Amino acid sequence: MASTDMADKAVLVDIFTRADLIMQSDIKFRQMIGAGQLQIVYYPVRGQEVVSSAMMAAVNQDDYLVTIYRGLHDQLAKGIPSKELWAEFAGKVTGTCKGKGGPMHITHPATGVMVTTGIVGSGIPIANGLGLASQLEKDGKVTVCCFGDGATNIGAFHEGLNMAQIWKLPVIFLCQNNLYGEHTHMRDTTGSASIKQRGEGLGLRSVQVNGNDASAMYAAAKEAVEYARAGNGPTLIEAMTFRFHGHLLGDTSHYIPKEEMEQAKKDDPMPILRQQLLDLQISEADIAAIEAKNAAIIDEASKFALESDYPSGDEYRIDVLDVEIAA
Amino acid sequence: MSDTAEKPKDIMFAQALNMAMNKAMADDPKVILLGEDIADKEGGGVFKVTAGLSGTFGTDRVRSTPISEQAIVGAAVGAALVGYKPVAEIMLMNFITVAMDQIVNHAAKLRFMSGGQTSVPLTIRTTTGAGTGLGGQHSDMLEAWLAHVPGLKVVAASNPQDAYGLLYSSIMDDNPVIFIENTPGYFVKGPAPTADHTVPLGKASIPREGTDITLIGYGSAISRCHAAADKLAEDGISCEIVDLRTIAPFDEETVLKSVAKTKAAVVVHEAVRSFGTGAEISSRIHEELFSELRAPVGRVGSGYAPVPFSPAIEKAWMFSQDDIEREVHKILG
Repeated sequence: MASTDMADKAVLVDIFTRADLIMQSDIKFRQMIGAGQLQIVYYPVRGQEVVSSAMMAAVNQDDYLVTIYRGLHDQLAKGIPSKELWAEFAGKVTGTCKGKGGPMHITHPATGVMVTTGIVGSGIPIANGLGLASQLEKDGKVTVCCFGDGATNIGAFHEGLNMAQIWKLPVIFLCQNNLYGEHTHMRDTTGSASIKQRGEGLGLRSVQVNGNDASAMYAAAKEAVEYARAGNGPTLIEAMTFRFHGHLLGDTSHYIPKEEMEQAKKDDPMPILRQQLLDLQISEADIAAIEAKNAAIIDEASKFALESDYPSGDEYRIDVLDVEIAA
Repeated sequence: MSDTAEKPKDIMFAQALNMAMNKAMADDPKVILLGEDIADKEGGGVFKVTAGLSGTFGTDRVRSTPISEQAIVGAAVGAALVGYKPVAEIMLMNFITVAMDQIVNHAAKLRFMSGGQTSVPLTIRTTTGAGTGLGGQHSDMLEAWLAHVPGLKVVAASNPQDAYGLLYSSIMDDNPVIFIENTPGYFVKGPAPTADHTVPLGKASIPREGTDITLIGYGSAISRCHAAADKLAEDGISCEIVDLRTIAPFDEETVLKSVAKTKAAVVVHEAVRSFGTGAEISSRIHEELFSELRAPVGRVGSGYAPVPFSPAIEKAWMFSQDDIEREVHKILG
């Protein structure tokens, strides 16, 4: 993995601001689900905050994002307003998708979030289509496509990356490698030594980076974005990271050796990034102010979600086709 | 203009499809084509349906792809989400099985799951059909699978004029449409459409009026319905034919109106009879017109087996004009 210089102070503050919102949101979701205030299947993102925050800090709001069911971090980092996101998680009419998508299917075109899929690997071919549209429009946009290490074992990954490369599509394939596909370690499912190697085999510019290192991740992201905007084509970024709370909430991570989990928690990217800000002479008070602001956003959003109305049952007849279907 | 220029000449089904895509691409720069071998360098499609289009509109808009059905449909879905009207060619309908995740989980559902924020105005052209010895993996009729998925429209034309109008309407429709072509039918001729000929989706036609029984079908069933109707007329039986044209959502109003008049019906399709679209259509007729029917609605379809290779078995397996006639006699006693 390449070592990189420290990113700008302002960039690191931006990444921290996004990542802290994600971390606090994840904690709050787990609390509320645990307390029975929300009845949803939840895929925790704690541990992967910095990967998406650094990636999204390197793109614009009108660039596209395609992500997956473990996507809260990507969606918040891309800028979806917390109130609408929380309301969608709660199935309320005020949610991004009027409560019809739910946590696994968040869409918010205003911030470029075009698809969240619950089918492993499926976003990859769709990201190509967004990239193709940008290439034909010459609008200069890039598409970020997020998925996990597990998705690289499905056919759509190989078909999709190959097509992106032959057409030089402006797509950044961000593999957030947390080493576990559901309950199985990558070494038991993956024939190649790395995901980067798979990207290289398909002809793509491919890099591996410590995704938990904000500066290194940002540098890799920025480079891939510039490469794509210049018309050179896609990049596969293999961002090494870890997830602390299982495949889905309730999963005890029993399949992860204790020592591995302990080491991963020692390498928790959040306190490291916070310390980096302090080292850069950003005051404790300034950091605390960012955290307090995020807490207030989450407090307001979670209340909004709980207090909002459910959609009307008749809503199932709307948006199936472009015209309302008969009852 | 001379007199001869105004007479519609006969053209092949495949030419009508080519004309529809040509018009759609000329009318709307957002129409793009994706598929295996579809550009002229690769032959303009294995059945030449897209011949000449890459020359006219360029290979940016008419793109030959790798043999990657998931990637083809996925790319079409993604481009459709941001305003393009892609036409993805999945060479043969059996290959749609490889792309079913993109079709069923994404194309069909993204409008709904996004609460209407996005839509997928995508057309998937695909061809199939038995009778030419292509065997079990190149001839299946899978329309019932697709018609069962909320959010998809399913279309099948039976003649060049309808093919032209329906394909143009499919491309311009704001919903994902599966447009099913018939491989042996590509070379069947019929009157050419005029450039402004239109056929709306969701509207059946009545190509033959009659009084004794209604034959309901689409695509490859219609020519056999006509042949059977000619033969039955010799026995004094008057058949009305309803060509659904759009399988899903089907034109229930036209079907029910016809059957209310004839009081008898047979649904005909090439697909395997069991769990086919005929079951749904038949059931809807029974629900609405049970007390008026002279006999239960009949169904004609192919046998419960994969499409066989040997012509001797394929012929026995496949639905036929004889099957239609037999079913009509059975119903009318």
